[in-house]
Amino acid sequence: MAPNKNQPLDFNRRIKELTKSKGWASFWAAIMAVALGLVFGFLVMLVARPNSAIAGFRFVALGGFSRIGNVFYFATPILMTGLAVGFAFKMGLFNIGASGQYTMGMFFAIYVALAMDIPNSVHWVVALAAGMLGGMIFGFIPGVFKAMLNVNEVITSIMFNYIGMYLVDMWIQSNALLYNSAMTRTRYIPSNVQIPSLGIEGSNVNYGSVIAIAIAILIYIVLQKTTFGYELKATGFNKHASEYAGMKGKRNIILTMTIAGGLAGLGGALAILAPSAIAGSSMTYEPINIIATAGFNGIAVALLGNAHPIGIIFSATFISHIQRGGTLASLVGYKPEIIDVVIAIIIYFSAFAMIMNNALGSFIKNKLRKNKEKDQSNSVSTEEVAE
Amino acid sequence: MNDYIIEMLNITKEFPGIIANDNVSLQLKNGEIHALLGENGAGKSTLMSVLFGLYQAEKGEIRMHGKPIKVNNPNDANAFGIGMVHQHFKLVEVFSVLENIILGIEPTKNGLLEKKEARKKVMALSEKYGLKINPDAMIEDVSVGMQQRVEILKMLYRNNEILIFDEPTAVLTPQEIKELLSIMKDLAKEGKSILFITHKLNEIMDVADRCTVLRKGQLIGTVDVKETTKEELSKMMVGRNISFDVDKKQSSPGEIVLSIKNMTVASKTHKNNAVKNVTFDVRAGEIVCLAGIDGNGQTEFVHGLTGLEKIESGSIHLCGKDISNASIRNRSVSGMSHIPEDRHKHGLVLEYTLAENLVLQRYWQNDFHNRGFIKFDQVKNYAERLIEQFDIRSGEGAETIVRSMSGGNQQKAIIAREIDKEHQLLVAVQPTRGLDVGAIEYIHKQLIERRDSGKGVLLISLELDEVLNVSDRILVIYEGEIVGELNPQETSPQELGLYMAGAKRDINRGNQHGA
Ligand SMILES: Nc1ncnc2c1ncn2[C@@H]1O[C@H](COP(=O)(O)OP(=O)(O)OP(=O)(O)O)[C@@H](O)[C@H]1O
Ligand SMILES: [Mg+2]
Repeated sequence: MAPNKNQPLDFNRRIKELTKSKGWASFWAAIMAVALGLVFGFLVMLVARPNSAIAGFRFVALGGFSRIGNVFYFATPILMTGLAVGFAFKMGLFNIGASGQYTMGMFFAIYVALAMDIPNSVHWVVALAAGMLGGMIFGFIPGVFKAMLNVNEVITSIMFNYIGMYLVDMWIQSNALLYNSAMTRTRYIPSNVQIPSLGIEGSNVNYGSVIAIAIAILIYIVLQKTTFGYELKATGFNKHASEYAGMKGKRNIILTMTIAGGLAGLGGALAILAPSAIAGSSMTYEPINIIATAGFNGIAVALLGNAHPIGIIFSATFISHIQRGGTLASLVGYKPEIIDVVIAIIIYFSAFAMIMNNALGSFIKNKLRKNKEKDQSNSVSTEEVAE
Repeated sequence: MNDYIIEMLNITKEFPGIIANDNVSLQLKNGEIHALLGENGAGKSTLMSVLFGLYQAEKGEIRMHGKPIKVNNPNDANAFGIGMVHQHFKLVEVFSVLENIILGIEPTKNGLLEKKEARKKVMALSEKYGLKINPDAMIEDVSVGMQQRVEILKMLYRNNEILIFDEPTAVLTPQEIKELLSIMKDLAKEGKSILFITHKLNEIMDVADRCTVLRKGQLIGTVDVKETTKEELSKMMVGRNISFDVDKKQSSPGEIVLSIKNMTVASKTHKNNAVKNVTFDVRAGEIVCLAGIDGNGQTEFVHGLTGLEKIESGSIHLCGKDISNASIRNRSVSGMSHIPEDRHKHGLVLEYTLAENLVLQRYWQNDFHNRGFIKFDQVKNYAERLIEQFDIRSGEGAETIVRSMSGGNQQKAIIAREIDKEHQLLVAVQPTRGLDVGAIEYIHKQLIERRDSGKGVLLISLELDEVLNVSDRILVIYEGEIVGELNPQETSPQELGLYMAGAKRDINRGNQHGA
């Protein structure tokens, strides 16, 4: 059965193969999902303020292009939480706990930045590393519960979102080195502990974005090129086979959750250590008992990026782009709350469409085909009658 | 009107890199049993999937009673009265037997499920054809044999007239096979037309009226079974003569490779132990066969031996080393290779490529990685060597996603991997399940070659022929106990059968220690 028996067929097949390849398919799925999200977002804008809908939607869809720097700046934390969710997902683990890990990472970074005496030149690097460590601890614990006691990681990681948030708020409020009670926020982080800016006018974009993208690429390499990635994906695909092959399932679960936690924690550190455009100030954290949204957005980012690290770079950037553009829509009279709703609709519809595409794609395709066939078979049966 | 109920004419179906069916025609007569024979990957399942509407052929047409029909999906097939039992069953594990049978066409009354009616009809069919089922058991809890009966009842419940059986006997015990074949005959007598895929020529000789042979996607011919022989069929199929007798030298057992003492393994389904106090040795240079009827503790025994499950008590020594509680990897490194019973559950990562699957037991070795980075070139070279050596056929070679490979070739991939891996003991659980006669001959040769090169081989098999032909020593397992040790040259299938059924046992077997 020589493949090249038919030369002309071969060329066609090549094209078919290319357009049918998996990467290509998920790319198109993502584009379709985004388009669907945008349509729904537009509909909501149309209902809210029919007259400014078109102008407003233009801001949402295109506004981000005028502030590329900030798009990347705001993409950074959700890129990291997206990786935290996506990486664990490759092993079949659903890491809902990115919020807690993110918050914990933020706290560790704040602590190192404000309460520890470290040489200036490496202070921000140490703070980042500490943030990563904080997240790792909060990934490690659900990992251990899952591996050793077979407790569902979804439940533990949700619990740890709350535990992390309350702990951090408590620790901050009770520590005068960290907390400025007059402002009810953390104190300003000295500029030498802030991540160096990339120096783009009117934007906070900094080396954090570069670090995040580099880490996404690193994660891609780990997944695709290393034996650890091989084990991780094998376990995600078929737990029994990975066990049969002697892979250390428990160790890998703990390791994966720890790394995922570290990614989210680093995201928190990158967010809080970002440089401020206003001299003498910095990013701050306000302990008001709210779970960080970056964690939940990370789920949407991971879904839209199909849990693929490179896909996640794009989906995080896209979501940030919509958010940036959205803020501009207030120029044509949209209320901030409405804009938030529109953004949420676009993000979650896109992510939702992506899941639907994966899970129900074949179902819908079959349904459509069946309907088509019904028409056809109807015509066939009339032919038969005619005979 | 002609007397063909179904005609598949000049069917061509391609997959990336391979023409699975190349201008194949097949005509099914009303009320006949029509066998479909061919090597692994010859395109049998593909052809049947085209008829069942799972795949669309690029060329060719399907006719029913001489009129062209279009089968675009399984629902269409069902509407035309075509039903199929797949090579790998497609049942819903967490549904009951009854629910699976009526799935999709549940009778309803005022929008509520009317199970009573359905149950009556199902039980009547079950009675009529002797298809014994337990309607309320969950699919995940019932034996493979019953799952298959469920699949058959599913077709009958839908009043299908054309029944496709894709390798139904590959997963059955000899007794169940006998029952199935007689049921098929009854169905044909009643006027149902049957398409029957099997690799076992005896079964074709037994029940089929005609047989169509495929080779590498092409039609070789259709013959009348009455006018042909097994030898002729196998020659049509592989293009050469196949020897059915396994020829091998006398074994010369050496050192003890595997020593099992009083091994007990708990059962997952009942309170009693599944394996009770089993003691025996396997020596280098011999093939020991653990024979028995399915469900007598073989699965649990193998899981205990290979480390997939913990043993309750007793000890296992491999080449003198105590591995009773060792990890799976540790056992593997100490020299154990394992061809698992369930290739989809344990043996393969179906989403991975063939190359990735072929290194599943070795990816961590220095040959295949450099400080944790996989050496893809090496992996590919290695895979290509095994593909060549073991004749593993697939559309895109090392890069083929294993899920798309034919069942037999998936099995060959596992066998290649486990045989090529460094080992002293090969544990082969039903290694020839689903393989064509040519491949079986090859696997048997490999097992004997392993033996002759001084390895110990532990074969777990349900096939009497295989047990008697390949092994040097037979241990019979019944209800978790070793009830007899037989010499294949001296025993008969009848005697073996008595031991396997528990009708005969050696009283003092418990005190014996190996050969
Ligand atoms: N979905 C698919 N995608 C790509 N290739 C496929 C697919 N299904 C089958 N093939 C290829 O088509 C060829 C024929 O496969 P098929 O399953 O029909 O073989 P078979 O005769 O049933 O073999 P076996 O006896 O091993 O079950 C094989 O080479 C297989 O790799
Ligand atoms: Mg097949």
